[in-house]
Amino acid sequence: MNEIATFFDMGGYAWYVWPSYAISAVVLVALVISSRRRLKLVERALESMEAKRPARPQRKAPAAHAEKEMS
Amino acid sequence: MAIDLHKYANPRRFLAITSAIYPWSLALTVILLAAGLYTGLFVAPPDYQQGETVRIMFVHVPAAWMGLMIYTFMAVASAVGLIWKHPVADLSAKAAAPIGACFTFLSLVTGSLWGEPMWGTWWVWDARLTSMLILLFLYLGYIALWQSFDDPSKASKAAAILALVGVINVPIIKFSVDWWNTLHQPASVATMSGPKIYSSILTPLLIMGLAYTAFFVTLLIIRVRAEILARRLRILQLSELQER
Repeated sequence: MNEIATFFDMGGYAWYVWPSYAISAVVLVALVISSRRRLKLVERALESMEAKRPARPQRKAPAAHAEKEMS
Repeated sequence: MAIDLHKYANPRRFLAITSAIYPWSLALTVILLAAGLYTGLFVAPPDYQQGETVRIMFVHVPAAWMGLMIYTFMAVASAVGLIWKHPVADLSAKAAAPIGACFTFLSLVTGSLWGEPMWGTWWVWDARLTSMLILLFLYLGYIALWQSFDDPSKASKAAAILALVGVINVPIIKFSVDWWNTLHQPASVATMSGPKIYSSILTPLLIMGLAYTAFFVTLLIIRVRAEILARRLRILQLSELQER
């Protein structure tokens, strides 16, 4: 127990040592979370965009008809 | 079709290579971080002058290294993007900027937390600290420049020029402790005569440096992938508008 207390006390510098580690952890974790969230959002948007793409030839259908009529 | 598939050839290969690297760099980050934190907090002895505050060094110095390294990476990537029009280079620089800004911010904050007990002040306007603050502003300016253009090709050019001009700050930061009088201690790891600190303290420092580097690589892979996909999305949206 005493050993643990000494460890966390950091020779009296606890209020300088632990905040350094804490802020590093907070900033880096926040960076990971925001980067992953952005990737997920873009991936999802791209998926729905690409899912729509097969619908495109249908929109061009009138042109295809025109070709058939020509031949 | 309105979309030139050739444009994707290079980013496609890039995505394939990086997704193969990703699990390894992720595992390496976790292992190195665990090893660095363990040796730094439990194995390394307190410094004979600075006591336990020396442990701040294990998060302070690697963060500063990363701030410099990532900026240099961005400058090189920007040059490649400007000269060879490499499609992934600009996006890599853009993706790296927030990571570098975070590391630079962390080196300033942890340095402040170390300066107060050791120097008796949170901040001094000396060469090392001021040039590091300028580095943070360069990162923020670079990020702002990307966001202030609607046309990504104009934005990438402007941002690349800023990155290249700002790179002059990197050697200034490195040598600031030798060129000017400063409270900041001089270099003790990357010196001409080799490291000047004991291996019990040097080892955790180097492990943390490698851990931060692996962290950067892992995060960069995620962020560049997001940038490449976002550009693909933008091209698809534009071509959709054209075809309507």
